[in-house]
Amino acid sequence: LPPLTPAALSVTCTCFSEARVKLCMTNCPTLIVMVGLPARGKTYISKKLTRYLNWIGVPTKEFNVGQYRRECLKIYKNFEFFRPDNEEGLKIRRQCALSALNDVRQYLCMEGGQVAVFDATNTTRERRDTITRFAEQNGFKVFFVESVCEDPDVIAENIVQVKLGSPDYIDCNTEEAVADFMKRIKCYENSYQPLDEGLDRELSYIKIMDVGRRYLVNRVLDHIQSRIVYYLMNIHITPRSIYLCRHGESDLNVRGRIGGDSGLTSRGKEYAKSLGHFIQEQNIKDLKVWTSQMKRTIQTAEALAVPYEQWKALNEIDAGVCEEMMYEEIQEHFPLEFALRDQDKYRYRYPKGESYEDLVQRLEPVIMELERQENVLVICHQAVMRCLLAYFLDKSAEELPYLKCPLHTVLKLTPVAYGCKVESIFLNVEAVNTHRDKPENVDISRPTEEALLTVPAHQ
Amino acid sequence: MLYNMSSEQNELTQTPLLKIWVPWVHSTLSRRRGSSVPQFTNSPTVIVMVGLPARGKTYISKKLARYLNWIGVNTAVFNLGQYRREAVQTYKNYEFFRPDNEEAMKIRRNCASNALTDIGAYFTKEQGQVAVFDATNTTRERRGLILSFAKEKGYKVFFVESVCDDPDIIEQNIMQVKLSSPDYENCDKEEALEDFLKRIECYKMTYVPLDEEKDRHLSYIKIFNVGSRYLVNRVQDHIQSRIVYYLMNIHVTPRSIYLSRHGESDLNLLGRIGGDSGLSTRGQMYASALAAFVQSQSIRDLKVWTSHMKRTIQTAEALGVPYEQWKALNEIDAGMCEEMTYEEIQDHHPEEFALRDQDKYRYRYPKGESYEDMVHRLEPVIMELERQENVLVICHQAVMRCLLAYFLDKSADELPYLRCPLHTVLKLTPVAYGCKVESIFLNVQAVNTHREKPPNVDINRKTEDALQTVPEHV
Repeated sequence: LPPLTPAALSVTCTCFSEARVKLCMTNCPTLIVMVGLPARGKTYISKKLTRYLNWIGVPTKEFNVGQYRRECLKIYKNFEFFRPDNEEGLKIRRQCALSALNDVRQYLCMEGGQVAVFDATNTTRERRDTITRFAEQNGFKVFFVESVCEDPDVIAENIVQVKLGSPDYIDCNTEEAVADFMKRIKCYENSYQPLDEGLDRELSYIKIMDVGRRYLVNRVLDHIQSRIVYYLMNIHITPRSIYLCRHGESDLNVRGRIGGDSGLTSRGKEYAKSLGHFIQEQNIKDLKVWTSQMKRTIQTAEALAVPYEQWKALNEIDAGVCEEMMYEEIQEHFPLEFALRDQDKYRYRYPKGESYEDLVQRLEPVIMELERQENVLVICHQAVMRCLLAYFLDKSAEELPYLKCPLHTVLKLTPVAYGCKVESIFLNVEAVNTHRDKPENVDISRPTEEALLTVPAHQ
Repeated sequence: MLYNMSSEQNELTQTPLLKIWVPWVHSTLSRRRGSSVPQFTNSPTVIVMVGLPARGKTYISKKLARYLNWIGVNTAVFNLGQYRREAVQTYKNYEFFRPDNEEAMKIRRNCASNALTDIGAYFTKEQGQVAVFDATNTTRERRGLILSFAKEKGYKVFFVESVCDDPDIIEQNIMQVKLSSPDYENCDKEEALEDFLKRIECYKMTYVPLDEEKDRHLSYIKIFNVGSRYLVNRVQDHIQSRIVYYLMNIHVTPRSIYLSRHGESDLNLLGRIGGDSGLSTRGQMYASALAAFVQSQSIRDLKVWTSHMKRTIQTAEALGVPYEQWKALNEIDAGMCEEMTYEEIQDHHPEEFALRDQDKYRYRYPKGESYEDMVHRLEPVIMELERQENVLVICHQAVMRCLLAYFLDKSADELPYLRCPLHTVLKLTPVAYGCKVESIFLNVQAVNTHREKPPNVDINRKTEDALQTVPEHV
C-alpha cells in the first residue's frame, strides 16, 4: 500500500483511483434523450442541464441533431424539408441522427464522457426504439426528458428568442421566419407520439408540462437521474437578474493576506454605501440578498439596510494552514504546496483546507436555490464568486480559478436565449487588486522570484 | 430611506455561541436584519396525506417528519386514527367505517375538526413550521374543508397522495403495521386481515383521487406503486421542492445500514480531539475484525463509504473491498481546538468550553463547526443513504451521532450525547414505522471518547467541575 502521507492527501488522493474519491454518480454512462415538438425548450433544457452536470463534475456533452442537419444540408430553404412525405428529407434526417449517435458512442466509450444529451425532437416511438436499442447494445442507461407545452404565448416567445436568430433564418424577416417555423411545427404534429403512461411504463423519463407547472416522473434508476430530475424541477424561465459581488475591501485584503475574518477598510465601507445606492437605483422587484457568515460580507450587507440571509455555504475557501498568510509567506513556508497549487489550482486542496473542487460541492445547494429564486444579490468572496460565475457562464475547471472577480465590481447576470448576459459595473471606489495570475514557472523547484512573479501589490 | 446607514453599518459583534456576526445591540436598528437560519418557507405548511388505508400514508408521514425535523424544520404529525381511538375508546369492527353510518360519520368529522384546531395551535403557539395531516382524506369534500381552513389562516397546503393497486404490497403493509394496531389487540391474524380488507372497501366507495384536471390549481405529489411513478403539480416553494426530492428518493426495499467509527487512532489514545492521525495497533486489529464481521454477515452488494481522513480510510483498506470517500463524512472541525485535549481547551479557552456544554448542538468552535453545521453538511449523505440499499459507513464520533439521530429520530438536545463508542458496529434495519438497532462490539478494546455533560456549565465554574466528565486517556 502506498503510504498515506499528508502531502498526498492534501492534493486529491492520488493513491486511489478517481472513481473512488468522487461520489460514484452512476456506474455506466447515461444517454439523456430529449423529446418534444419544436419550440418546446428542448435545446434550452439540454444546454442548461449539460452546463449544470459539467459544473458538478459529471463530464457531459450535448449532441444537437439540428446542427448535424445544417452541416449536411448547408442551406435551409423552407419548412418543406420537414414534410413527413419528403423521402429525401427523411433519409438525410435519419442519417444525421445516426451520425450523432455515433458521436455519442465515441464520447461515452472513448472520450471519458459520462452523460450525453441527445437533443432532437424524437417524437416518434420508432425513433425512440432505435435509440433505446442503440443504448442497450452499448451498455448505456437511457433517460427521456419530454417537454410538452400547448401555451401559444410560450411557444411564440420561444420562437422570437431563439429561432429567429437561427442560421436557418439568417436571410428572412421576422414574419417570414415565424410563418415558416409554425409550418415546420405542423409537420411534426401529426406523427407525434408522446411518452405514454401505459405503453412506456418500463422506460425511465420525466415529462415536463407547461414549463414546469406539472411533472410526471417514471422509474428513476439511479443517483444521477435523481439529481437530474431534482434540477429540472427547480429551474424556471421567469425573467430575472442575479447580482454577484464580493464584500467591500477588507483589512486583510490591503495587507495582501488570504482568508481570515477581518472587517472592512474605510474604502470597503464606502463601497458598501455605493452598493446600497446602486441597488436603490436599479429598482429591483423583490430583491433577495444573501451573504456568507463572515464579517466582511455581513458588514457590506448591513449598509444596504434590507433583510438578508446568511449562508455558511457562501464562506470563502478555507486555506487551512495558509489562512491569513501572504503569498510571500506561503512561498517561504510551503514552497511545495505553492507550486502544486499553481500546477492544478482547481483540484489543489490546502493542507487542512479546501480546494475549488470542494467549493463547488459546497455551493451546489446555493446554485439550486438560485435557480428557484428570482432577483437575488449574492455578496460573497473571490473564490466563491469564481465558482458561481463559472456555473452561469459555463467555464471549465481550468478557467474557473482564474476568472477575474475584482473588488468593488458588481456582475449583473441576466439569462437570455441559451445563455447569460453579463454586465460588469464598477462602483467607482478604488480597491486593492487581489487577482494572482498563473505564473509561467509552476515547477516545484522554481526560484522564489518566479513563484512570486504574479503576486499583486499590497502593503 | 428610513435608516441612517453611516451609524450602524460597521458595528458588528460575533455571538459567542453560534459565532454569527450581528450588529451591536446599541445600534439604532433594533431588529436584526440578517437571518442565519435558512428560509425554507415564509408561512406554515400543512402536508395533507391522501389515500386508501394501507397505502403507506403513516409510513410516509412519520419518515417525512423525521427528515424535516432533522434538517431543522419543526414538524409534527397529526394522525386522525389516534384522535378516533381517543374518541371511541374501543374499536368493534369495520362497520364503524361504513359510509352510511351516520353516528360514526359525526364522530369522524369532529375528530378531523379537532385535529385541524391542534394544527393551528401547533403553528401559532409551538413554533411549528410544518404539520402533516395523516388521514385518508379521500373525498373532495374533506379536502375542501382542509383547504378552507388553511386559506383562512394563511397556511400553504401540499397534498401527498399514495396510490397503490398491487395486492402484494397492500397485504405486506397490513401484516407489518395493521395487525399490531391497538384496533386489533384481541383478534387473531385472519380475523384482523379480513376486517381490515372490509374497512378498505368502505373507503373505496367514496374515494375520489386527486384529479389532473379538476385539481390542477392544487400543489401535490401523487406517488404510484411505492415510487415507480410520480406526478408532481405546482410546487410552490423551497420546502415543497425538498419534500418532493426526499419522497422521490426513499424506498421500501429491505436492507441494512451499518454505522461504525474508524478504528482507535493515535490521537484517541492521547485524549486529543480532531486531527488526522492514523490507527493505533488496536485500531488496526479492529479493522481486521471489521473485515471478518462484514464477511460473516454475507451482505448482498454492500457499499462501503468513508470520510477523507486517514483513520477511516485505513479502516476501510483492511476490508479489501472497493469503497467511496466522502469529504462530507469528515469529523467535526474543531477549529482552534483541533488536536487539543479537553484539559488544554479548559486551560486556554475556558469560556468556549463552558458555552459548548451549555448548548452542545448549536455551539460552533472558533473557526470551526457546530453539530448544527454538520447536519447540513451531511444531508446529501442521508439522501444518498435513502437511495441505496446495504451500506457500511465508516465515519467519526460526531458524524455518527448526527446520522444516528436521523435514523432514530433523536432531538437536537439528545444528538450530541448519543453513545457511539469505538470498535462497535451499529446495524440499523428499517422495520414497521421505525428502525431496529443492533449494537455489535467487535471484541477489540479501545479507549472511551464519550464525554458526558457535566452538572456545572456556568462560565465561571472551577476547572475540576469543567473536567469532571472527561474520559481517561494517556
